[in-house]
Amino acid sequence: MSELFLRAVFADNLALSFFLGICTFLAVSKRVETAIGLGLAVIVVQTITVPVNNLIFNGLLLDGAWAWAGLPDVDLTFLKLVAFIGVIAAMVQILEMTLDRYVPALYRTLGIFLPLITVNCAILGGSLFMVERRYDFPEALSYGFGSGVGWALAIITFAAIRERLRYSDIPAGLQGLGSAFLVTGLMSLGFSAFAGVGP
Amino acid sequence: MSLRHHITRPLIEQNPITLQILGICSALAVTTSLTTALTMSVALTLVLCGSAAVISLIRHHIPGSIRLIVQITIIASMVIVIDEFLQAYAFQISQRLSIFVGLIVTNCLVLGRAEAFAMRNPVLPSVLDGLGNGLGYSLILLIVGAIRELLGAGTLMGRTILTTQAEGGWFQPLDLMQLAPSAFFIIALLIWVIRTVWTRQVETTEYPLRTGAERRQP
Amino acid sequence: MPSPMALWRAFLARPNDDRIKTFGIAVLVALVSAVVVSVTSVTLQPLQEAHLEAERQARIEAMLDTLPGMRALMEEAGVDALETRIVSLSDGRFAPEIDPASYDMRAAAELPETSIALPPEADVAGLKRRANFAPVYLLQRDGDLMLVVLPVHGTGYQSTIRAMLALEPDLNTVAALTVTEQGETPGLGARIEEPDWQALWPGKEIADQTGRIEIRVVRGEASGPHQVDGISGATRTGNGITNMLQFWLGEYGYAPFLDRLEREGL
Repeated sequence: MSELFLRAVFADNLALSFFLGICTFLAVSKRVETAIGLGLAVIVVQTITVPVNNLIFNGLLLDGAWAWAGLPDVDLTFLKLVAFIGVIAAMVQILEMTLDRYVPALYRTLGIFLPLITVNCAILGGSLFMVERRYDFPEALSYGFGSGVGWALAIITFAAIRERLRYSDIPAGLQGLGSAFLVTGLMSLGFSAFAGVGP
Repeated sequence: MSLRHHITRPLIEQNPITLQILGICSALAVTTSLTTALTMSVALTLVLCGSAAVISLIRHHIPGSIRLIVQITIIASMVIVIDEFLQAYAFQISQRLSIFVGLIVTNCLVLGRAEAFAMRNPVLPSVLDGLGNGLGYSLILLIVGAIRELLGAGTLMGRTILTTQAEGGWFQPLDLMQLAPSAFFIIALLIWVIRTVWTRQVETTEYPLRTGAERRQP
Repeated sequence: MPSPMALWRAFLARPNDDRIKTFGIAVLVALVSAVVVSVTSVTLQPLQEAHLEAERQARIEAMLDTLPGMRALMEEAGVDALETRIVSLSDGRFAPEIDPASYDMRAAAELPETSIALPPEADVAGLKRRANFAPVYLLQRDGDLMLVVLPVHGTGYQSTIRAMLALEPDLNTVAALTVTEQGETPGLGARIEEPDWQALWPGKEIADQTGRIEIRVVRGEASGPHQVDGISGATRTGNGITNMLQFWLGEYGYAPFLDRLEREGL
């Protein structure tokens, strides 16, 4: 289980090995504080949605999942994408409302990042990988948390590098987005070394 | 703004990849060869126009609080339906497209344009905006795809352009071009080129370095 | 009683932040999407399955065409297609009681009563469960085995890879490997589907003298009879193929069947 977690954080890092959620990764990484906020939000949403999607997929969509209701031949796997993305959007919205009501301090920190997460393909990617690799519920929980942590780790490190880059003398055309692309490329080259670590 | 502008502006001036930071994930995954980049470009442009039309059509009746769920559900269903039709009636094309389908749903460009434009504009401009952004996206994808395939394998659309050493020629393929990070480097260079020509896109620095005469003497 | 049309107009005329309208629109959009997707999927499914089946047949045919002299052999044997037999993977015996035409190994692997859970240490290909029975394709002439084709699958970098492994009558030499399904990175891992790469496989040997499964995809240049060149930039897809073959040629895969073939023949 811890092996799965570590692989999700490093070797299978969603941002730097699979390039999922790169748009948000590049757009919201100018400051470390905002990166930490977004990273936390991704961890929370990912830890909730991957296991929930696991339950929904195994309990409602999988071939034969309706056998108990006398419908053994019902196979709804083609609804996978719509169901997952619906769950993600709904989870984000529910989380937003709950935080606003009960933990206003955390809501103020995470608030503006939550809607961004719906369009973060790392979240949907995590759920799709969960299906592809046939994780069971505990594994899905561990993978969801691990992949969220991996993504958060990547964006926080990246934001820290970008903060330092602000003091560098960069050609005008590469200022901002251009240098961000270069740094992401270098970071992902570095992360590819983790692929050889572990089993 | 005239209708023509909806198409021409996103090509370079408001390019989705190099300026709006939308739809980058798939730009990295599918640009190892020109053929895959072209397939993805066509598929995405079609979905972009289609979803813009549907969302713009019902825009007056989408409640603000659930608009994201509504938009994304429409986009996802549309992509799946298109894919199902291709699998049934154009099997050869769908074999090529199948792996891209998931990438289209997760492409934030589609949702980004739906949210930013189609929600607030009539059908025709929305479709044109979709088309323009699709073309701007395709432009970058095709450039990156062409560079990566040419330098990484010495071919274009599978045809040999530079004969590699393995086949008795002179060209030593750059293995880096086969890896995803090379797409980052190429896009960075493209941004540099674009911003050198269209200087209005240059981002201002918060802490400019003093150089030359401005430099503070120690 | 107002007409349905009037009710519909009244519903649309409600303000957008109204609770009933919000709820109604959400339900409507979800329903319409689900129905549209389901209807297209269900109505088009027979067509799609026919295409997939035709594609699988075409792949097997194409694989046969890459094997030198195979067509001539088949003509001699007087058959125009391979014979499909169902094998019980636990003891390697044929299971004539199962009809090959209706057996679906993929569906069987999902259900507890027709599959076994794999112990984690043996599950190198990341399958979780394995069906109890598998179809194999045979070509025989006068009772002698000429070719055996084994369907295999395993986890690659980002997708499940499915392939057909054809073995020579010595049961240790690869006659061909054909990838039938994969969703690896386009242009990198996905190149395992290309004929150029699959052409590297014929003649490779599965096990060494001691019987250890040695066949593997390596990074860079292959050396020796057990190694196949990897695709640069797709190391983990290559590892996936290696693990897949390790699993399916091992004790939880076709090893009991291949051992029995070697001992007792068909």
